[in-house]
Amino acid sequence: MTDPLSGEQILAGLAQAEIEFVVALPDIVTCDELLWPIERSQSFRLVNVCKEDEGISICAGMSYAERRALLLIQHTGFLDSINAIRVMGMDYQLPIVMMVGLQGIEKDCTPAVSEQNGVRIIEPILTAMNIRYQILHGSADASGIAEAIDEAYTSSHPLVFLIPGFGG
Amino acid sequence: MTMKRDQALKVLSQHYPDGIVVPVYQSAFDWMGIRPHPLNYLCTGAMGQGSSHALGLALACPAEPVVVLDGDGSLLMNLGSLVTIAEQKPQNLWHFVCQNGIYEVNGEFPIPGQKTVDFAAMALAAGYNEAHTFSDLSEFSRLLPRILATPGPVLVALHVEAGEPFPRDYEAIHSPQSRAAFKAALAGRRGR
Repeated sequence: MTDPLSGEQILAGLAQAEIEFVVALPDIVTCDELLWPIERSQSFRLVNVCKEDEGISICAGMSYAERRALLLIQHTGFLDSINAIRVMGMDYQLPIVMMVGLQGIEKDCTPAVSEQNGVRIIEPILTAMNIRYQILHGSADASGIAEAIDEAYTSSHPLVFLIPGFGG
Repeated sequence: MTMKRDQALKVLSQHYPDGIVVPVYQSAFDWMGIRPHPLNYLCTGAMGQGSSHALGLALACPAEPVVVLDGDGSLLMNLGSLVTIAEQKPQNLWHFVCQNGIYEVNGEFPIPGQKTVDFAAMALAAGYNEAHTFSDLSEFSRLLPRILATPGPVLVALHVEAGEPFPRDYEAIHSPQSRAAFKAALAGRRGR
């Protein structure tokens, strides 16, 4: 069994992938392990947004200048931003990289069988939109973050990391 | 009193001939005709998102001036972006809003608050560095150079009505060629 996921691992992956900007709206799943450390970090510039679809467009604008960004949001914000993601990700194939906290998912549960409607529909929506995604269950999953981000920017396509939670 | 939009945009093009511009909807169609240029960022895609694309560009390219030509209906969809922009304080961002009171490319139906909404007041309340409202072309022409010399973020609400009709070339604003041209022009501008 893999070790538990930690924020430190993810932050190391983001740094290795040369992420410069983190565009974010707070999410209870990722706030303590990611957002607060990012806010204190000198390695990233934090852009707080009022609504998640702003972040899709901010990351899109940055991508034209070949500056790398991560959008850190909750799955509810992902759902709220579908049209912007559809355009920037599907139609324009821009490298919009998202980390999405799955607020409300049950412990040791995969999103596909969650009793939370909003969580359970995320994977089918990503599949329907032909957006690549990874679920970060544990430490082993986090080890591939940098490579996946690098590939997304090199090949210019959107990418989503789903985060069920941290710790054991 | 209002200005003809094409006349106001022609004035802007005279004072801002070759920088990055993020125009949306009817302003984009007009702007393409008035100032065709590879640094026109046409592919904002989803309505309301122009100001956020512009912020991304402004933060990513702090040495480049960025102008967004927003619409009133568009900005109403993304009012939070005023606060987001104000907090980031991009000194290289000038936010123009073509305020005609209607959803011009969507049946010309009135926007909410058509007779009352005050974008300049909202921008100042959000924390923009400056904000102005113009409905007279000569006054706009006279003050524009000073506005463009003022560090952003600055919002300029332009009370306009349709002027010379320009074709609504949706294919161009969504085209891969437009996106590639912008990216190449930006790379060239930044010396890459």
